[in-house]
Amino acid sequence: MVISLFITCYNDALFPRTGQAVVEVLERLGHTVEFRAAQTCCGQMHYNTGYREDSYALLRQFLDVFADAEVIVCPSSSCVAMMRDHYPKMAAQLNDPALAARVEAILPRVFEFSELLVDKLGVTDVGAFYPHTVTMHASCHALRSLHIGTKPAELLKQVKGLTLLELPDADQCCGFGGTFAVKNPDVSAAMLSDKVQCVLGTRAEACTGADNSCLMHIGGALSRQRTGVRTIHLAEILASTEKNSREKTV
Amino acid sequence: MSVRVGEAASAPPFPEAAKRMVANSQLRRNVRHATDVIRTKRGRVVGEKEDWEALRNAGKAIKDHTLANLDHYLVQFEEACTKAGGKVHWARDADEANRIIVDLVKQYNADEVIKVKTMTSDETRLNVALEAAGITPFETDLADLIVQLGGDKPSHIVVPALHRNRMEIREIFMKKMGLDTLGYQPEDLAGAARQYLRERFLRVKVGISGANYLVAETGSVVVVESEGNGRMCLSLPEVLISIVGVEKVIPRFEDLEVFLQLLPRSATGERMNPYNSIWTGVTPGDGPQAFHIVLLDNGRTEVLADPESRETLDCIRCGACLNACPVYRQTGGHAYGSVYGGPIGAILTPQLQSMEHSQTLPYASSLCGACYEVCPVKINIPEILIHLRTKVVESGHAPLAERLAMKGAAFAMSKASRLSLAHAFARLGQWPFNDDGKLDNLPGLLAGWTETRDLDAIPAESFREWWAKR
Repeated sequence: MVISLFITCYNDALFPRTGQAVVEVLERLGHTVEFRAAQTCCGQMHYNTGYREDSYALLRQFLDVFADAEVIVCPSSSCVAMMRDHYPKMAAQLNDPALAARVEAILPRVFEFSELLVDKLGVTDVGAFYPHTVTMHASCHALRSLHIGTKPAELLKQVKGLTLLELPDADQCCGFGGTFAVKNPDVSAAMLSDKVQCVLGTRAEACTGADNSCLMHIGGALSRQRTGVRTIHLAEILASTEKNSREKTV
Repeated sequence: MSVRVGEAASAPPFPEAAKRMVANSQLRRNVRHATDVIRTKRGRVVGEKEDWEALRNAGKAIKDHTLANLDHYLVQFEEACTKAGGKVHWARDADEANRIIVDLVKQYNADEVIKVKTMTSDETRLNVALEAAGITPFETDLADLIVQLGGDKPSHIVVPALHRNRMEIREIFMKKMGLDTLGYQPEDLAGAARQYLRERFLRVKVGISGANYLVAETGSVVVVESEGNGRMCLSLPEVLISIVGVEKVIPRFEDLEVFLQLLPRSATGERMNPYNSIWTGVTPGDGPQAFHIVLLDNGRTEVLADPESRETLDCIRCGACLNACPVYRQTGGHAYGSVYGGPIGAILTPQLQSMEHSQTLPYASSLCGACYEVCPVKINIPEILIHLRTKVVESGHAPLAERLAMKGAAFAMSKASRLSLAHAFARLGQWPFNDDGKLDNLPGLLAGWTETRDLDAIPAESFREWWAKR
């Protein structure tokens, strides 16, 4: 299968290792990955912050770039939620039936990474090896919008050497919320403090998830507090093998 | 027209108020404990209802239908209530409602009133208007009494004194009731309140209430409560005055079947409210012999006019969204600067004030969706928050630095080549702040982030650069 990677703007710039891991896992499973260089951003930040006009342009751009893609994978649950929850509404706001039809045609082909593996490709064991104790942050959009449920956990349970520890209060937001963390830094930090306490309470070495934006937030506090606990995207764990641990070793 | 929600027009911005709340460890402990208790109870009694989704859908459908025909059902209510001996008054705004009520109390030669919990009267600041006219209001709901005696403000729409623990309540009661000793067990505190209130229940001739529902077909008014103070206020006085938002009307008596299940389970985690009071006009020889109802607009018809956010008026004031909200759970209600706090307050308050005030409230959410998940009438609060943010931006009220950053980002994202250039600039720009791969002291918009969090430095190679070399 030819799978088109929508890396998303922030993963492109800040977390290229996640994109590389997605490519590695899918190629290991025998698929062909393509990357359309004209892609940029789904428009979530602009839309959610109230800059609707700017997000319309990004919607059109996404449709132009991926119109003929067979399957689109995106390793960010909140960006997929943006597309599923808001693209149809945006087309309706613009009162543009042609645009609405294009949105309707493309959305069934867009998959979050764990959805692609479990639902579309029907695999849970991707041959990964990660000999560490790990806990998982659910991410609000994955939980309440995509309803990806146990899919990431099913994938993690098949990883050799990995011990998955349950995170208490898993349904609670980490306090990122995009521009919320910048516009309301004190409340955001208070929410994050609760999340970090839960993560540390598990005694896990690493916290994983399906969305690097939450992980960037949680990881920011884990780093500032010198906890020694790291964050790692689900795709990077799944890309890790006995031959290539993908950890930043000296 | 003056449209006003409590003192929200002069409240500090949410981030500023929230900062003080977040620093108050007692408040955070109290709010955490109380919301945990209610959430757990709600989860249990909602979980046992196999038809919960059907009930939610029915509640939503009834509310949406009523709002689409609000003029019809309000007039129907007025006719039925009048026929049953009630007197209906219409109030455009808070000032008009307060004026009507003050005049009525004076007309009955009263200088004190007993009140059943009504958030709507807090919205109009009725107590302030009554006191200015020389009329003393006595709150009779236990939590409202705590708030009133403490010179405090409500912090939750169902449990207004949720931010107080019983040690604090004991102290307030001792000071304000002039008690030398008082135990700190719940029954000691309830006993003191009972003693204090009973004499007033028997003495005061005018009662003031809100309402949970108005039934259009019968002209009935419905109040549900847990303490019995409501039943006393609704049945003992000679005169009863109710102040009710126009959105509280429902078409038929049988619609109560849906709401009397949705509300108690969502609000307090009870299967049924201990007291359900329903009255229709006046009944000779039984209960108040004069009944007045003030139907309040105060910005509601303006909300109704906006198709993208009118479902805000579906709200049945259960408070489930407050208890579920991770933001509210850190700050409590006072940070919202309004009698309506939490997620529903964040959409209701700015709209009732024509978006002229409370512009930071639509941003007081991480859009996590917990509110929408628990809402008994399925109000899509996150969507409405985004809609209101758009209104703030389009009216030019967003901060300049933010607007510039957003425009810059939109320009960079508009073309992949520009995005690559932006990556290069950002990598150069981060150099002075880069401490061994971590950014821990950024300026401007990102200063709030790096105050408590590190940010990984932007890697030397973006994904697209890696791919191009592959």
